[in-house]
Amino acid sequence: MLYRETGQFKTTYRADQAIFPILQDKIGVLAILAFAVFVVPFAADNYLLETILVPVLVFSLAAIGLNILTGYCGQLSLGTGGFMACGAFFSYKLATAFPDLNLILVFLLAGLGTSVVGVLFGLPSLRIKGFYLAVATLAAQFFLIWVFNKFGWWTNDSPSGVISAPPREVLGFVVTSSEAHPISKYLFLVVLVAVLALVAKNLVRSRIGRSWMAIRDMDIAAEIIGIRPLVAKLSAFAVSSFYIGIAGGLWAFIYTGSVEALAFQIDRSFQVLFMVILGGLGSILGSFLGAIFIVLLPIALNVTMLAIDPTFSVALVSDMEFMLFGALIIFFLIVEPHGLARLWQIGKEKLRLWPFPY
Amino acid sequence: MVTAPRVFNEVLLEVRRISLSFGGVKALTDISFDIRKGEIRAIIGPNGAGKTSMLNVINGFYHPQEGEVIFKGETRRAMRPHKAAKQGIARTFQNVALFKGMSTLDNIMTGRLLKMRSNVLLQALYWGPNEREEIEHRAFCEEIIDFLEIQAIRKTPVGKLPYGLQKRVELARALAMEPELLLLDEPMAGMNVEEKEDMSRFILDVNDHFGTTIALIEHDMGVVMDLSDRVVVLDYGRKLADGTPDEVRSNQEVVDAYLGVAH
Ligand SMILES: Nc1ncnc2c1ncn2[C@@H]1O[C@H](COP(=O)(O)OP(=O)(O)O)[C@@H](O)[C@H]1O
Ligand SMILES: [Mg+2]
Repeated sequence: MLYRETGQFKTTYRADQAIFPILQDKIGVLAILAFAVFVVPFAADNYLLETILVPVLVFSLAAIGLNILTGYCGQLSLGTGGFMACGAFFSYKLATAFPDLNLILVFLLAGLGTSVVGVLFGLPSLRIKGFYLAVATLAAQFFLIWVFNKFGWWTNDSPSGVISAPPREVLGFVVTSSEAHPISKYLFLVVLVAVLALVAKNLVRSRIGRSWMAIRDMDIAAEIIGIRPLVAKLSAFAVSSFYIGIAGGLWAFIYTGSVEALAFQIDRSFQVLFMVILGGLGSILGSFLGAIFIVLLPIALNVTMLAIDPTFSVALVSDMEFMLFGALIIFFLIVEPHGLARLWQIGKEKLRLWPFPY
Repeated sequence: MVTAPRVFNEVLLEVRRISLSFGGVKALTDISFDIRKGEIRAIIGPNGAGKTSMLNVINGFYHPQEGEVIFKGETRRAMRPHKAAKQGIARTFQNVALFKGMSTLDNIMTGRLLKMRSNVLLQALYWGPNEREEIEHRAFCEEIIDFLEIQAIRKTPVGKLPYGLQKRVELARALAMEPELLLLDEPMAGMNVEEKEDMSRFILDVNDHFGTTIALIEHDMGVVMDLSDRVVVLDYGRKLADGTPDEVRSNQEVVDAYLGVAH
């Protein structure tokens, strides 16, 4: 009696439309959350918290953002890095200009600001699709990084171009800058990311989410049922950029503590895109799986290769990393475009039937 | 079985002197006809006659160079399809146009989009008014699911369904819009006899049960004669005939142009 829905007859549409219709899933998610909040902070050491869990959480949020745009609405974007930079620099300007502004509000406002930028750069999507749109978002990427590099105003004229997050508190605990304790950083992120992931899940299972998916799957048919492509696409850009912007703010303020525009170059866009592809296009769960996978892979590779032969050079390890990524991306694009999330689902379906094969 | 012809008086849609061309190709030339409230109106004609183009003009996909479309008393030449949807025109496509990555239920739910009111913030919270709205519309979609007998596939991604069922889901999505005018572009193309019978029954039931006015493109003359109240015949973009199935069938020009030759 591991994973069965037997006996869980849904007698109301409400029960059938619940966020986790299967009891085991609901218990599982609650258990993971409880574990993440009550056990992990005390069991994990600082290395695990700061080098693995914190970036996983920040990347998950960015991946959710890109997944909304690319996975749910079908608009390919290579501008993720640029939008993260917006979030980072908007947060910095807000936090330094208004030192008393609540930190959560700082991130939300920075997210909203990024939404506006996202919508502006999303306008071409009304005319162009696919490859051409990707090129347009690439232009956004380069333009935004150029803007943050070029004008000292964004860094409050820091000579190095680096911004350092000011220490800010939430509920009496410092969570930003190097003053923050890893446990505080982690707990703040867990709660914030869980809430935002829940919101994303709600959106994609509501009307707006269905309008995104309709545009993705067949835009002509979407229009004949009354969806305005303009509204659907730009709302996807807005919500997506909101998430990515907040992720950028969290990156600068909590993960690294100090950052320059170059941290958000095109590599970052690709990194998040790979998370979405590997994790699963059109899946919130997949965004988490992709983030975990891509943060862990280099670390795991490093450990195993050095365990095999301690004389392996750093360069070789990083070359291996690139090759492995490349192979995985190609594998997933060809064999399983719905990524790890789909593999997880297939696993669950097998488990549902287990041990009876039919 | 011979029944007295049904009579319809109120004009729901009128197309007036429509001409449409693509570069040099004249798809439609000076076409006028009307569709009356409550009737099943067939549009027939050989391949390339301009039938699909006519539906595309009606629901705003194509903008004709000349002529106008009058729907519920409102005149227009060019409008976007989503506007037409808002005014109460739904349609299905000759080649199924479903949302392949979504389940049957979600596809049908998209048909309710224009009827849903929750704003984005409510949707983000889900709980409360948005949940009530989702459930209410879900219940409506379930009625259509029962009506079209597709209960067993409600959670199946439509991309995995056989063609015949996809056509049925597409009809379900159009019905979910509660349209006043339903445009069906070859709803039975590529179906076997049994599936055709089912689909014919559904079309009659929809017309009967919901009172929906239907414009139907169909090749199978038997089906057209059985289903439709009035028929308009197109050939090479021109209107060849317009009348009851019996009138059309006995029109010599139509027989020569269309009925005489096999399609
Ligand atoms: N988008 C288009 N671009 C160019 N030509 C078109 C287009 N749509 C239809 N046509 C032309 O218009 C004519 C009528 O086509 P169509 O309306 O699809 O006919 P039917 O549905 O009766 O088979 C054909 O000659 C077709 O090639
Ligand atoms: Mg056609």
